[in-house]
Amino acid sequence: MFRFFGFRALRAAITIVMVVTFAFVVLRLSGDPALLIMSVDAPPEAVAAFRTSWGLDEPLWVQYVRYFAAIFEGDLGRSMRDGRPALDLVVERIPATLALTIPALFIKLGLGIPAGITAALHRNSLLDRTVMALAVAGFTVPSFVLGLLLVLLFAVQLGWLPSGGQESWRHAILPVVTLGIGGAAVLARFTRSAMLEVLGQPYIRTASAKGVPWRQVVRGHALPNAAIPTVTIIGFMVGSLIAGAVVVESVFSWPGVGRLLVVAVANRDLAVVQCILLLVAATMVTANMIVDLLYGLLDPRLRNAPRGAGG
Amino acid sequence: MSLVAIRDLAVSFDGAPALRGIDVEINSGEALGMVGESGCGKSVTWLAALGLLPGKARISGSVRLEGQEILGATPATLDRVRGGRVAMIFQDPASSLNPVHRIGKQVSEALSLHRGLRGAAARAEARRLLDLVGIPDAARRLDAYPHELSGGQNQRVMIAIALAGQPELLVADEPTTALDVTIQAQILDLLGTLRREMNMALVLISHDLGVIAEACERVAVMYAGRIVEEAPIARIFAAPAHPYTQGLLGALPPIDGERQPLAAIPGQVPDPRAMPPGCAFAPRCAVRLDACAAAMPEGRAVAEGHRAACLRAGAMERVLA
Repeated sequence: MFRFFGFRALRAAITIVMVVTFAFVVLRLSGDPALLIMSVDAPPEAVAAFRTSWGLDEPLWVQYVRYFAAIFEGDLGRSMRDGRPALDLVVERIPATLALTIPALFIKLGLGIPAGITAALHRNSLLDRTVMALAVAGFTVPSFVLGLLLVLLFAVQLGWLPSGGQESWRHAILPVVTLGIGGAAVLARFTRSAMLEVLGQPYIRTASAKGVPWRQVVRGHALPNAAIPTVTIIGFMVGSLIAGAVVVESVFSWPGVGRLLVVAVANRDLAVVQCILLLVAATMVTANMIVDLLYGLLDPRLRNAPRGAGG
Repeated sequence: MSLVAIRDLAVSFDGAPALRGIDVEINSGEALGMVGESGCGKSVTWLAALGLLPGKARISGSVRLEGQEILGATPATLDRVRGGRVAMIFQDPASSLNPVHRIGKQVSEALSLHRGLRGAAARAEARRLLDLVGIPDAARRLDAYPHELSGGQNQRVMIAIALAGQPELLVADEPTTALDVTIQAQILDLLGTLRREMNMALVLISHDLGVIAEACERVAVMYAGRIVEEAPIARIFAAPAHPYTQGLLGALPPIDGERQPLAAIPGQVPDPRAMPPGCAFAPRCAVRLDACAAAMPEGRAVAEGHRAACLRAGAMERVLA
């Protein structure tokens, strides 16, 4: 167990370092923050002073080493725009994002999983085809298109709901639904194929052959097995709770982490972008570790996996 | 009255016939072997009889259990029959057990369904059953998962599950095919012993006449979705009446004498979508008549308890005698 998690933790740490390194390099090669934050016609001395004060005149590798040294002291840098600690800026946006992504996660689970199971149990029926057609539509339409369609219908035409902003819970409905539908569609397809795979297994026929009523075959024999692959995709959804709403937050002018990221990238506000990416990588990696743990709970065959493939 | 009587059972998948009129009966306590090559319909016969085929299968005919029709019976009736009166075990024990449930739970489930046993009583009975089928250290094995047992042990667990409902008939579908030879013999012995002790009828489905000879009294030979010959086991070896059966026996390697190439039956099993109008075996048959291509031969009695679906059956009997 310890070796298992030691190994996973090491891999997680490497993943995070790679994400941060990649972001560090790309951001510094793709534009000059000094010119973007100062205005273009700022005097050269002011630009140079800005570079010196943020350490941008140092060689890239020196900046990189300093950046990492600071991370280990808990310092994620300051925003170049208003000088506040980047971490504070990001953390204060998290509740707004979670206010969208957590309800959306419930929609994904509550809609996607039952839809997938129902479709699988009625394979090739009209019901199955309808559910799957909706699912294909749900995840092929990009969220900004879906979001705009919903705004057009419910805000502009019907006038039932506001089109953007964060004044009340009613403002959250359209963005939450937009996020939820896409995820539910993905999950429905995934659940359906996992169920179909399991329903074709000989142990399902064994359960029927020993007289288990069909409902109980589905509940007691098929679902616990189909849960194993489905957990992977749910883990991915949990991992993207923090940064999974970038596009939708922009469409609905929702002041969450995603919008902060868009603005920070546009301004080359290096510390803020890096802070968000670090947070995203950490959430995703944590979610993956939880998924690995769940695999062990769901599938007894994986419990003594560290003994190696032969064991 | 026979325990199970199957009449004119026909099954097709997407228009392709898999069974083309099966008539077979089995009496209480009897052991019947069903032999034939892959795809001849021997497993489909019993999967259809128990309602275990997928929904796209088209099934017609009649399956009576002590006179009661079970083909097309309600799910509730079938759930009581399956496992309770007719149990079935399958070819690949490793994938026939649910990988995420403990052995004890899988045995107890059948005990709870058919005998109302729960909790400690179910566990004690599950232990007794594992003992009965020869699983060493049964008490500990109750908490094991299928992947922790060998193939032979898993097949024993399958048998224990089948016995849990105290069935009158056990259908064993190629129960030893996935196992190695020594384990094969042990499982066959076990099935034979259990059958005698519990006065249970046995249908043993196999492609291996040797396996059937060891465990059965009577054998039905199947070819392309039909029973082509049915006889007591000793008679099938002594006086096979259908050319296909003769071909099967000819393909068995002799245990003594000089080494010689095995006599394979020439040709291929016909495509189910393009069955010949007459006898399905005629295109491969060395002794076919013109009449063989005209109409499907009905089974005719060759001797007491011996029927063959061949126009020449009676004639060849005389030649052999």
